[in-house]
Amino acid sequence: MDIILSDMQEFITPVPNFVMKSEPIVIKRRTARQLGHLDALESESIHILREVAAECANPALLFSGGKDSIVLLRLAEKAFRPGRFPFPLLHIDTGHNFPEVIEFRDRRAQQLGERLIVRSMEDSIRQGRVVLRSENQSRNAFQSVTLLDAIAEFRFDACIGGARRDEEKARAKERIFSFRDEFGQWDPKNQRPELWDIYNTRVHAGENIRVFPISNWTELDVWEYIAREQLEVPHIYFAHTREVIRRGTGLLPVSHLVQPKDGEQSENIMVRFRTVGDMSCTCPVESTATSVDEIIAETAITRITERGATRMDDQTSDASMELRKKEGYF
Amino acid sequence: MSVIDSTALDNIELLRFITAGSVDDGKSTLIGRLLHDSKSIFEDQLSAITHTTSKRGMKGVDLSLLTDGLQAEREQGITIDVAYRYFATPKRKFIIADTPGHEQYTRNMVTGASTANLAIILIDARKGVLVQSRRHTYLASLVGIPHLVVAVNKMDLVDYSREVFERICRDFAAFAEELKLHNITYIPMSALNGDMVVERGDNLSWYEGVTLMDLLENIPIDHDINLVDFRFPVQLVCRPQTEELHDFRGYMGRIESGSIQVGDAVTVFPSGLTSRIKEIVTYDGPLDHAIAPQSVTLTIEDHLDISRGDMLVKTEQKPQVVKEFEAMLCWLSEQALDPKRKYLVKHTTRIVKALVSRINYRVDVNTLNREAVDIFRMNDIGRVTLKVQQPLVCDDYERNHATGSFIVIDEASNNTVAAGMICPLEG
Repeated sequence: MDIILSDMQEFITPVPNFVMKSEPIVIKRRTARQLGHLDALESESIHILREVAAECANPALLFSGGKDSIVLLRLAEKAFRPGRFPFPLLHIDTGHNFPEVIEFRDRRAQQLGERLIVRSMEDSIRQGRVVLRSENQSRNAFQSVTLLDAIAEFRFDACIGGARRDEEKARAKERIFSFRDEFGQWDPKNQRPELWDIYNTRVHAGENIRVFPISNWTELDVWEYIAREQLEVPHIYFAHTREVIRRGTGLLPVSHLVQPKDGEQSENIMVRFRTVGDMSCTCPVESTATSVDEIIAETAITRITERGATRMDDQTSDASMELRKKEGYF
Repeated sequence: MSVIDSTALDNIELLRFITAGSVDDGKSTLIGRLLHDSKSIFEDQLSAITHTTSKRGMKGVDLSLLTDGLQAEREQGITIDVAYRYFATPKRKFIIADTPGHEQYTRNMVTGASTANLAIILIDARKGVLVQSRRHTYLASLVGIPHLVVAVNKMDLVDYSREVFERICRDFAAFAEELKLHNITYIPMSALNGDMVVERGDNLSWYEGVTLMDLLENIPIDHDINLVDFRFPVQLVCRPQTEELHDFRGYMGRIESGSIQVGDAVTVFPSGLTSRIKEIVTYDGPLDHAIAPQSVTLTIEDHLDISRGDMLVKTEQKPQVVKEFEAMLCWLSEQALDPKRKYLVKHTTRIVKALVSRINYRVDVNTLNREAVDIFRMNDIGRVTLKVQQPLVCDDYERNHATGSFIVIDEASNNTVAAGMICPLEG
């Protein structure tokens, strides 16, 4: 019963007739047999989440209140309902988070009826585990310490995160199941080959893996999915008037952490955030998009990468993300 | 500012492809050209590579820098296997598995190829079909990539000669015949100047076939997975045991191939017990039928003992149940295959202990000759016989990639050391 093979013969290009004949491939036959890209990505992510749940002894899902982790939560609902999530939610609070995002995080966890664990960088600082040069310094890079402490405290063997390969070139080489050694470190030279969608989840005691179910999603896919699923996101993702300072190529939001330096003038303009991380280094972009559909339209034609537009800490050097990841950053 | 219709974007197809060729063939330039001409390069990326181009004392924009790697790679002059890149046109979304490198080529290409719908084999028009072109093509055929494109690049350096193109096509076709490859499209191009990549350009007017982008956007891919045999490896069993769902027992997994309807007769493997599909449960509500590769939860009419690692199939579409089988094995680890050791095989959702009982032969990927060997080292490919402790429920790889593929894990290091493809069973 070779139906598959003989079916493929339909559009086989006969080898000897290759020259200059218009190939018989431009016929678009879209049938119900093919899933659209969002359905295909969703199904892949659900499959990944279920593999983690089945094979890892003690996973956690990192939930920050940002758009990528909001998508992860919906995917977890799709993967595990009518059951409960087979893992708690974990947030590493830098203490520099936008208050509306924290409020949203708590509300969403409560709506889902799932357990939320918060570990705070303030505690790591108080314990002397993190030493900052100044109170207002970006805390992005130091999250790793608190994250690794939380992993040790709860003995998590897998942390599920919302990182995507289109974000940055160090991410482009990331595995879906990314192995970390007992120091939480990513060794780009020593990654396990990942073939088909057969995932190797095995770790020794003390080691762990980071799992990125939406690796293959782009920023646009995320927003299209948010629209399709009608997911709520913190309102700082939408255009609003905000006091900002122009510094370098970016805009910095004025807050208790960021004040105008000498010679700088703050201004009030319409902006939205494309990512919601550390308040001291997350830059909004100028925008008039006040709805998800308008954000999709802007994202579809945007000319600057998500990280390029929004992260001061990625502009420090060409390899910033790569270095942070080696230290155990997500 | 163009208006984008978000509903139109919502349901386009996803095509995954791989580019095979070395730096000298203009692979990075081709990828850069595809991204550039499809307007997928962001301004900050473009300004960064413009800056780097001028820093290196060159003019313009070197598109190959777009695929430049990590600091660790630049410092050590190594390449770290597969990088994934994303772009979209209004017709399709694309994922490129970009596999650089010369030495680790087999390992990298097999990894990138394992999920690809299509492979682009790059050939330098000045050099014609080389040993490495044969190697890339063999690997593409081994992994069973459904569609092949032969991109005869650098046509600008042979005066866009039709004779050169036709000669290369004839050479390649002769070789492809040996591999029983038929589904091949040949395109002459200059990635550097952009001829026949996205735009047709003015230099290849004698060529009437498709451009590379036409092909990527339109080639039918809905037959790339097996649409016939229903295969459902169970990932998890869902038993919420809440008050209203006290007796709910759902089997969670992804339909790897084929399709299923409520009421269909199913057999559970390896036990051989049978039942019927009662419900197809999803978060968005119940379905009447579902197709690959949807992730769903199935309930059945009868109470059977089913757990992770079992496979549900349509009763009339039986898979093979094997304890010993032959497979093409691609060795990926620096540590050589040790036939004395037990390894773990992960196949669908099942992990079993396994032993390589015989190495039948190794394939010389350059000549396709078979050689007798005692051991497989990194990048070796060949046919082996495997014995497994518990039976595998499988199909041969050619028939069904999802149920014919497996990985080999070293139990001591936990590393993935090999990739395997199950050969057709005799009889």
